[in-house]
Amino acid sequence: MIPELGNFSLMLALMLALTQSILPLAGAARNNAAWMSVARPAARAQFLFVAIAFGCLAYSFLVNDFSVLNVVQHSFSKLPPIYRFTATWGSHEGSLLLWTFILALWTLAVTLFSRHLPDDMVARVIGVMGLVSCGLLLFMLITSNPFLRLLPAAMDGSDLNPLLQDPGMVIHPPILYMGYVGFSVAFAFALAALISGKLDASWARWSRPWTTAAWSFLTLGIMMGSWWAYYELGWGGWWFWDPTENASLMPWLVGTALIHSLAVTEKRGTFKAWTVFLAIGAFSLSLLGTFLVRSGVLSSVHSFATDPARGLFILAFLAVVIGGSLLLFAFRASQVGLGGRFALVSRESFLMANNILLLTACGAVLLGTLYPLFLDALNLGKISVGPPYFNSVFVPLVTPLLLLIGVGPMARWKQASVPELAARLKWGFGASVVVALLLPLTLGAWKPMVSLGILLALWIVISIAINVQGRLRGGGGWSANFYGMNLAHFGVAVAVIGVTMVSAYETERNVRMNVGDTITLKGYTFLFKGAQDVDGPNYKAARGTLEVSSNGKPVTTLYPEKRTYTASGMPFTESAIDYGFTRDLYTAMGEPLDGGAWSVRLFHKPFVVWIWIGAVLMALGGAMSITDRRYRSRKKGRAGA
Amino acid sequence: MKRFLIPLGIFIVLVGFLGIGLKLDPREVPSPLIGKPAPDFKLGVLSDPAKQLSPADLRGKVWLFNVWASWCASCRQEHEVLLDLSKQGGVPIYGMDYKDQPGDAQAVLNRYGNPYVETVVDLDGRVGINYGVYGVPETYLIDKNGIIRYKHTGPVTRESLDKKILPLVKELQQ
Repeated sequence: MIPELGNFSLMLALMLALTQSILPLAGAARNNAAWMSVARPAARAQFLFVAIAFGCLAYSFLVNDFSVLNVVQHSFSKLPPIYRFTATWGSHEGSLLLWTFILALWTLAVTLFSRHLPDDMVARVIGVMGLVSCGLLLFMLITSNPFLRLLPAAMDGSDLNPLLQDPGMVIHPPILYMGYVGFSVAFAFALAALISGKLDASWARWSRPWTTAAWSFLTLGIMMGSWWAYYELGWGGWWFWDPTENASLMPWLVGTALIHSLAVTEKRGTFKAWTVFLAIGAFSLSLLGTFLVRSGVLSSVHSFATDPARGLFILAFLAVVIGGSLLLFAFRASQVGLGGRFALVSRESFLMANNILLLTACGAVLLGTLYPLFLDALNLGKISVGPPYFNSVFVPLVTPLLLLIGVGPMARWKQASVPELAARLKWGFGASVVVALLLPLTLGAWKPMVSLGILLALWIVISIAINVQGRLRGGGGWSANFYGMNLAHFGVAVAVIGVTMVSAYETERNVRMNVGDTITLKGYTFLFKGAQDVDGPNYKAARGTLEVSSNGKPVTTLYPEKRTYTASGMPFTESAIDYGFTRDLYTAMGEPLDGGAWSVRLFHKPFVVWIWIGAVLMALGGAMSITDRRYRSRKKGRAGA
Repeated sequence: MKRFLIPLGIFIVLVGFLGIGLKLDPREVPSPLIGKPAPDFKLGVLSDPAKQLSPADLRGKVWLFNVWASWCASCRQEHEVLLDLSKQGGVPIYGMDYKDQPGDAQAVLNRYGNPYVETVVDLDGRVGINYGVYGVPETYLIDKNGIIRYKHTGPVTRESLDKKILPLVKELQQ
C-alpha cells in the first residue's frame, strides 16, 4: 500500500510540475498575471508530493518491505536502521528520487525568498525549474521507478554496498546534491533573463546569493566525498581522479568561475553574455555528471547497475535541456550590448583571467574524463587516463590562479594602477618568497614543489591581511560579502598547505607483521598485537590491534578491521586513523598471512586534515557572503516598470 | 551570432560521442581465459554430494557454465531467462553454486525452478578463482574441446542470449 502511495505521489508531482512550468511560462509571455500566480502554489504542492514519495520509499526501507524490488536489492534485515534509511538513496532509483526531492526543495526556497523580485521573473524561474523537474519525474516513472514490486516477495535483501555503510554516507549525497541541484536556480535565473531579453545587472544580483549557496554546498559535498574516500577506501588517498569525482569537480570549477563573473556583471554590467553562459554551463555539467555516473558510460567505483534504456533517456534529457538552452543562448546573447569598458590592468581583467583559467582547468578535466570514451568510440582501443595526466595539467593551471587571488581583490574596478598595487604588495610578496625558500629546509628535504606550495599559500594569506588592514584603516564598515570572500580565499590557502605537505612528505609502509612485531615510522612506533575475530550486526571481521607510541610514551591504540559482509560475501577494509592537526596516522589491514601474521598498511600523513579544513572554510566564506544586506533590501519592482 | 553557436556545436559533438558510448561497455574487458581450456575441477553436485562432475565429462558437448549463488540478487533476474533457455533445450546449462550454503541454493531451485542439468558446489570459491570470477553471476560458453569461447559478466539477458550467445552456440555446434 505505502509503495503504491509513493508511486501515485510521483505521478501527481509530475502533473503539478507540468502545471508549474506551462502556465507561468505562458503567463509571463502573455503578461497574464493570473497564470503567472500559479507558479508558487504549484511549486509548493509539487514539493509536498515529491516529499511524500520520498517518505514512502524511506518507510519501505525502514520496515524492511522485501516486496519492493529496490529494497530487496539494496537493503538487508540485519542492516542497522540508520543505514536502512540511507539505503533509500543508495540505489540508482533512490538517488534520482533524492535529486528530484532536492530540486523541489530549492524550488520551494525560491517561492519563499523571491518576494522582492518582479512577478514575470519569478514565474519564469519557477517555470524553468518545473521543466527540469518534469524530465526527472518522467525518467523515474518510465525507466527507474523506485516503487516496483517483487512478487512473490523475497525472504531477505542482498544488503547495501558495504562502501555505503558508513556515517559519511548519511550526509554526503544529500549535501553534494544540494550543490549540484542548487545550480539549477542560477540556471533558471539565466534562462529567465534570456527569455525575457532583459540581461541587465539586476538578474546577476538576484542570482548571486543562490549561486553562492549552491557553490558552498557543493564545496562541502566534495570535501566530504574526499574525506570519505580517504578513510573508507583504505588506500590512504584523498583524491583519485575517478570519473565520479571529476563529475563533481567540473561543475565546481565552472561554478567558481560563475561566482566571480557574477560579481563583474552585477557591479560593472560587463561579461553579461559570458555570465549567462557560465550559469548554463555549471548546471549542464551537473547534469552531465549525473549522466556519466548513472548511465555506466564510464566505469567507476561508484557506478550502479547499468541499463541502456536509462542511459538513452538521460542522454535525450541532456540534449533537450542543454541543447535547448544553448540554442536560446545563441539567439539572445548576440543582442546583448557590451558593458562598461575596462583597462588592461583592472579588477575586470584579473577576474577574466580567473575565469579563463578555471574554465581551462574544467576543460582539461572533461577531456581527461571522456578521453577513454572518445578513443573507445573511435575504435582506437581501451585506455584509462590516470592521476599523472591530471596532476601535470592541473598544477600549471592552478598556480597562476592562486597568484591572482593575491592581486585581484585589491585591484580597482575599471582601471587599476600598477605602481599602487606594487607598493601595497611588494613586501608581502618578498616575504612570501624568502619564507617559501627557507621553510622547507627545516622540514627535512628541500623540494621545489613544497616551496611553490608554501609561496602560494603565504602569498594569499599576506595579501588578505594587507587587504583587510587597508579596509579597516580606510574606515570601511562590516561587509559580509568582503569578509566572506576573504575567508573563502583563506580556506584556499589552508587547503594548499595540506595538499603540498601531504604530497611531498607522506610516508607509507606496506609490511608483514607478526604478533609482537614493531615498525617505526616518522618517530611513531607501531606494535602489532594480533587480530581477533569480531562479529558485527551484518558482518564478520578480523580486528587488528596496533599500539602506537612515540619516544616510549603511548599515543593511541588503533583497531583496523578486515570485514566480510554476510549477505553479499563482499570483503571490506575498514581503516583506523588517529587524526591530528599536523599529522594523521593511518592504518589498514591487508591480507592474513600464515601463523597469525598480517600484511598491514601504515601511513604517516602530515597536514592532511588541512585539505578538508580549507574546504570547510571556503564553504563558510560562501555562506557568510550570502548574509550580505544588499541581497535582501530591494524593493519589489513591477515587470516592465 | 555565429560565435555564440560554438558552444552548441561542441555540445552536439559531445552528445554524439556519449550516444556511441552508451553502446560500449567499459567493463567488457576481454577475459584472458577466452580461447584457453576451461580450468579443470572435480566438484560434488548439489542434488547428490556423492556424485562428482568435472569439465572432462562434458567433452564433445557445447555447454554453458553459469556461476550463481542464492545470496545474489541479480542472479534472480537472469533465472527466468535461463529457465526459458533450458526449456528450449538448445544448449545444456551447468551451474556452479559459488560460496554458498548448498541448502539455500537447493531451496532457491525448488522454489523458482531448476534450469541446470547439474549444479556443482564451489563452497570455498577456489574454482571461482581459477575461472577469474569477480562478480556473480558470470556465464562461460565452453566448446566441444573444452575451450572457453565466450564470457558474459552480469545477469544474462534475453538480448545478450539472442545477439551473442545463441548464434555462437549454433556456430560451435556444427
